[in-house]
Formats: sequence, C-alpha cells, structure tokens
Amino acid sequence: MTSTSKVAFVRATMLPEQAPPPGVAGPVKWLRENLFSGWFNSLMTVLAIYIVWSVLSGMLPWAFNGIWDAGSLNECREIRDARGLESAACWAVVNERWLQMLFGFYPTDNPVLARLFYAEELAAAGGAEVVFGGGFNATQQVEFISAMKDDVSNAAIFVFGYWRPLAALALLVVAVAPVLYSNLPRSLLIFSLVYPFIAFFLLWGGSVWLPVLVALGLLATIMAGRYASAFVGSLGGLIVSLAVFAIIFMNPLGAIGIDGLFPLLPQLRGALDGAMPWGLPYTASENFGGFMLAIIIGTSGIVLSLPLGIALALGRQSSMPLIKWVCVSFIEVIRGVPLIVWLFTASTLLNYFLPPGTTFDLLLRVIIMVTLFASAYLAEVVRGGLAALPKGQYEAADSLGLDYWKSMRLIILPQALKISIPGIVNTFIGLFKDTTLVVFIGLRDPLGLTNAIRATSEWNGIYWELYIFVGGLFFMFCFFMSRYSMYLERRLRTDHR
Amino acid sequence: MADISDHPRETFRISMLLYDARYRSLTIQVVAAMLIMLFLAQLVDNTVTNLAVLGKDISFTFLWSTAGYDINQQTIPFTSQDTHARAALVGILNTLLVAVLGCILATVIGVFAGVLRLSKNWLVARVMTFYVECMRNTPLLIWILIVFAVMTEATPQPRDFREGGTAAMIFGDSVAVTNRGVFIPNPIWADGSGIVVAILILSIIGIFVLRYVARKRQEDTGQQLPVLRLSLAMLIVPVTLAFFALGRPITLDYPVLGGFNFEGGLQVRNSFIALWLALSLYTSAFIAEIVRSGILAVSKGQTEAAFALGIQPNRTMQLIILPQALRVIIPPLISQFLNLTKNSSLALAVGYMDARSTLGGITVNQTGRELEGILLLGIFYLITSLIISSAMNFYNSGVKLKER
Repeated sequence: MTSTSKVAFVRATMLPEQAPPPGVAGPVKWLRENLFSGWFNSLMTVLAIYIVWSVLSGMLPWAFNGIWDAGSLNECREIRDARGLESAACWAVVNERWLQMLFGFYPTDNPVLARLFYAEELAAAGGAEVVFGGGFNATQQVEFISAMKDDVSNAAIFVFGYWRPLAALALLVVAVAPVLYSNLPRSLLIFSLVYPFIAFFLLWGGSVWLPVLVALGLLATIMAGRYASAFVGSLGGLIVSLAVFAIIFMNPLGAIGIDGLFPLLPQLRGALDGAMPWGLPYTASENFGGFMLAIIIGTSGIVLSLPLGIALALGRQSSMPLIKWVCVSFIEVIRGVPLIVWLFTASTLLNYFLPPGTTFDLLLRVIIMVTLFASAYLAEVVRGGLAALPKGQYEAADSLGLDYWKSMRLIILPQALKISIPGIVNTFIGLFKDTTLVVFIGLRDPLGLTNAIRATSEWNGIYWELYIFVGGLFFMFCFFMSRYSMYLERRLRTDHR
Repeated sequence: MADISDHPRETFRISMLLYDARYRSLTIQVVAAMLIMLFLAQLVDNTVTNLAVLGKDISFTFLWSTAGYDINQQTIPFTSQDTHARAALVGILNTLLVAVLGCILATVIGVFAGVLRLSKNWLVARVMTFYVECMRNTPLLIWILIVFAVMTEATPQPRDFREGGTAAMIFGDSVAVTNRGVFIPNPIWADGSGIVVAILILSIIGIFVLRYVARKRQEDTGQQLPVLRLSLAMLIVPVTLAFFALGRPITLDYPVLGGFNFEGGLQVRNSFIALWLALSLYTSAFIAEIVRSGILAVSKGQTEAAFALGIQPNRTMQLIILPQALRVIIPPLISQFLNLTKNSSLALAVGYMDARSTLGGITVNQTGRELEGILLLGIFYLITSLIISSAMNFYNSGVKLKER
C-alpha cells in the first residue's frame, strides 16, 4: 500500500473504442492480406490481373458485340465490317441452329404447330385433315412444313413443336427430385418408378399399351413372387416370379414347338390396340440427336450403372472365389480398354455375338455399353468406400446376428456409399461427358451436329461460337452435379467438427 | 455336473445345400459356374455360326500382308509397302508417344495449378478454380476440337512468313507455328553422338548413386554433402566436355521457308499438337484436384510438430509433408495417367494416327477383320493398363500404412 498514494492519476472510466488505423481494417486490410502480403504475393497478383485482363479484353468485346441476326458467316463478317468492329462473335449460327443442337433431327409435332401458329394458312390449304391426314403428298407436305417453320419463331417451335422431349425432361426433374432431396414426400418415389415408362412413351411414341403392359408385367412378376414366397418360401417365390416373367415376356414353350400361346404381352397388346388405339406418332431412335441424346444416354447410364456397380463391388469383396474372380476380371477388362473401343464393339461386333438374325437398336446398344463401362468404374469407387470402413463395423454387424444382405443394407452400404459420394458423382460426370463419344459410331450427338453445321457452306469456318454453346450446356449439367455432391456430403455428414 | 458333450453330428441332408451357410456358397458358385459356362458357350456358338454365315474365319495372317496405306506421323520408318503388323506398331508407338508426353505436361501443369489453387492469394486461387472447373466440367472432345480448330484456322499460313509477311518465327527464328503444323529444329545425330548420349545416361545413374551415398553418409556420420550442387555439376560438366571433345557431333537442322512450305526441321503435325495439348490441359485439371486434396490431407498438426522440433520450413516440406502427401497423391495420379492413355484414343477426332486409327481403323476397314482387329486393339490397351496399374499396386504396397 505504499505506491498507491504516489500514483498521480488513475483512470476510472473506459475510453471509447477508437477506429482501427487505416490499413488494418476494411477493404484495405483485405487487399493487404489477400493480395499484397509480400513481394511474391504482389507479383502473383499483378501477373494474375494481367492474365485476366488480357483474356477478358479479348473475349468480352468479342462476345458482347456479337451479331445475332445473319444468315451466314460471310453476312456476319459484312455486318461486323459495316459496324467498324475489330472482332465480333457470330452468334447468329447459334440463333439459327440451336434447336438442331438441342434435338438433332427429332421430328417436330407439325400438326400442333400448324393449328396454333399457322391456322389461316392451314385453313387455306384445306385444314389439318388434308395436310397431315393424307390429302397432301410427301412433297407438298414438306413444302408446307418448311414454309410454316420459316414463319414461326424458333421459341414457339421449341415449346410446342418439341413438347414431347420437353415434357419428358420436365417430368425427369419431378422424378429425380425426391431421390435427390430427402425432405420431399416419399410418396413421390412411386412416380420415379413409373417415370421410365412415361419417358419411353413420350420420346419414342407408338402405342401407349406397350409401356403400360411392360410396366404391369413387371409389377405382376414382383407381386407374384412376393405373394408366393409367403406360402412356399423365398426360393419358391423366386421360381414363381421367374415363371410369371417367362409367360409374359418370353415363349417358354417355344423349345417344344408350341408357338402362338406365349408370350402374353403381344397378344394383350394386339387386343388393346384394336379396342383402344391410343398413342403418339412413332419416332425411331435414328432421329434422336443433339443434347437430348446426351441426356437420354447419360440419365439411363447413371440410373442403371449404380445398382450394377454396387453389385460388382460386393462381388469383388465376396468370399466365394468364383464370384470374386468373375467380378474382378469383368471390372479389369472393362476398365482397361477405352470407351471408344467398347462403342465400336457395340456397333460393329455385337452382331457376331448375338443369335443369328437378331438386331437391336443402336441407341440401346450404346446405353448398355455405357452402363457396363460406368458400372466397372463405380465398382472401384464403391470398393474404396467398403475398404475404408473400419473392420469393427463388419464385425459388429456379424455379432448382431444379421445375415449378409441385412448387414450390407443396414450397416455397411449406407456408410460405404456415403464415403464414396464424391467418387460416384465424379463417375457420373465422366459418364455424362463421355456421351459425346457416340459421335464416332454415327449417332448425332451435339458435337457431331456442330461438325455438320461447320460443313455447310453458310457456316464453314465458324468454331468458337458453336463450341462455346455446346461446352456451356455440358458445363451447366456437370457443374450442377458436382455442386449437388458437395451438398449431399454436407447433409450426410454425421461427425461433429 | 451335466455332461458337456458335442452336439450330435447332423447327417447331411439335401436341403442343407440351400439353408446351411456352410454349403450354400458352394451351391451358389456351382449354379453361377453353370450359368457362366452356358453364357460363354452360347457366345462362342453364336460367333461361330455368324462367321460361318458370313463365310469368314478367324485368322491373324492379315497382319503380315501389305498395308497399302500411308501414315503421316511416324516414329519409326513406314511406307505403304510395309505390313499391317508394322502399321499397328507405328500406331501403338504413336499412342505411347502422345501418352508419355501428355502425362509429363499434364503433371507439370496439374501440380502448378493445384498448388496455386491453395495459394493465399485470393485472385490467383480464384483464377485457378475457374480453370479447373472449366476443364473438368466440359467433355474432352470439345477441348480437342477447339485446340485443333485454333491450330488449323487461327495460325498463319507458311506464306505469311515471307519477307514483309504478317507472321514471324519465334525462339530466335527456330520455331514456326503455321496452320500446317509446328516446325521445330531437328537434331542430327552424327558419329560420336552415341558416346555423348551414353555419357549423359551414365551421369544420371551416377547422380542416383551419389544421392544414395550421401544419404548413407548422413545416416552414419551426420555429415551432409551438397547434393544439389554436385548433381548439377555431374549432369552438365561431363556431357558438355564430351560434346566439345568429340567435335560437336549433335547439330540442329533448322526449318527454313521453302517454296510453299517450310523445309528441313521437324514438322509436328497439328493433329498431334491438338491431341497432346488438349489431353494435357484436361487431365491437368484432375491432377490439380488430386494434388490439392493430397496437400490438404496432411493435417496441420504435422507441420506444427515439425516446427516444434525445430525443423526448417523447406526440410519440413521435404521430410514431413511431401512423403505423407505423396502417399495420397500417387495412386489417383497414376490412374489419371491411365485415363490419359485411354483417352488418347480420341485421336480419331483429329486424324492422329494412333493404335485405334491404324490397327482398329484403316487396317480393319481394308481387311474386313473387325473381330481380330478390335480384339488385338483391346488386348494392347488392356496390357498397357495392367502394366500401369500393377506398377501402382507395387508402389501402394510399399508406402501403405501398416495396420492390423
């Protein structure tokens, strides 16, 4: 207590907080810390600014001065010179051909377009019955349609002419949503199961009874198996459902020479078509093209390859040597050879391996090949997830007395799949990008169509605009997928950090 | 005390094949084996029947007949009078050439981009993120076509290089970038150049020996050798001495503008450049992500522990961080190399004559032997990837963490 008396002044109240000195707060601080923290960092910043500036100063004027309305590349160049611009994108090619790049040569629904946007001319030509119902011959019809398409805007053709693929895409979003986002009602999953049949009907058209009967046949197969297994055990149920499947879709009596009785499906279809001939005009797979084709192949490949990939991964871990050996060789052979070679196999060699006389759709063959290819990659990703689980999880599942399938379904796979989400999504992105390779076996994918457009006399010599358009579409889809996988990882994270 | 005796031994019943876990796996495997045999038999039977219908057989003698087509990109001499087998070999070498060069360039760009993406510099990190996302989310084929279009349509014609023309050669008049390809100086190997190359190889081996000796010495005595300076000297001095002592046996043949095109030098075709650059840029984005995640995978505690032990930052990187990061980086890196090798089959898009275009393309079209051709092509790719992946497994077993 000696020194207190000597203290001349003790501040009793706090001083008000002062603003930090300039340079250690606000944007200046941020700049200092993030861009100019040292001589090397500053050099990097300057270099990066220079690179960004030189790219943007070339790209942005080119893109924003773009010419949207021209009939050919030469016309574009004339407009550019007339405006006195140094460089200008010729977006006119995208403006003119975007429908083609999206849908390839998928036919537009001309009667709908004519009724909606070309009613007067349609009436003058004698009405829809005459033009589309047989009154016009092929040449007259083609002339009428091309005159109509010149008159109707691309946007109208997009919405009403291509309503079938657009509806299929919109319903795809509805079908996929409950799978992607778990806070949506679970009853929507029924629609996801029905969706493939709806999409088939919308895209390929034909009689409505084919997809309906196939769906009902599969339902009957499953229900019969379930019902029977309650009485005769699981093996009996399996045999019953195989038998039901056989009489609906195959001809089990064909071997002993009784034809005509089975399969049931075509007979039912014939009867229903006779009574109620409902349907849409049929479109062959050869007409499919553009970005639509990429989405069809990509989505089917993704949906089909996931279960197959998981099965292969489990098979590879199996304790049964034969199963393991088969899975390992399948995975290694598929992964060791590039997709192009497999696609060529599908397009040229598959006929050798099938029973003589069978042919089936090239698109279907491509989907099968892409699925097999992606499933081998997925199997490796899932195997990584399975291997990353601690041994204790397997032992815990065993000690609870769960059988193999239950332990996989309830304990192992949920954790293993969660670990492998990034890899799975990367495989899907790869699959989606690889759909462009079908151009090499003659399908009209977006890149094949850009080559076709570049080969025309009007647009010969154009490339940036088309590649940016196609690349941008792919980027959108793949970027969404990668962001979704990040979201999923965050949502499923159960550890607390 | 009740007797504890063995459970009475059950006699084997037929139903145990299905309901007893001891026998069930056997049943499943037998059924699976039968189904697989049935499937394979059906496959072979179909193939034999179909070939018989077409009047074909399976034979590989077409490989020894005259190819009759030219290959514009050759690593070994080839004329149209050579056999299909040699054409296939040229194609295979071309595939390997673009794959090896692609792997090197992709690794360089990828490591660079991956490290820069982790940079504390906000702008640089963003630019690199943009680059990686752009490359990863668009198909490789687009990149190949874009680079090819740039190479063929945005580069000057050879005649623009004339006096007063719009274009000029770069790197001291030694390299010309034209729409017909890139012309680079061609080394000419005169007598004695073999000795120079041999000395170079010997000094590289010597550097490895030196590193081994230096490490041994450090472990035994604690003394360090100036390894970097010594190895640089070993690399440069003997070769340079030999080069001048033997009277400069290796000279460069520079490309010179002739009538309508460049003459001399080495013409690197646009198809090769497009494929090489596009493959490298595309794969480098994936490698960047691998490098980034590898560096992030080493926990911060490791660095802090090293600093606490008083180890200097560069030694920390060398001794603590890199060995742990490489364990994470190398396996996916090698599978990216594998992907690059397989993706090189997209050469088809730009007309680069790789294995698929010679063996699986023109040869198949000319001889009509698609079954044999594609089989051989598949086997080539399969062997290549099996070799690469077994190298990876070998590495993995070496660096794996030893656990229970």
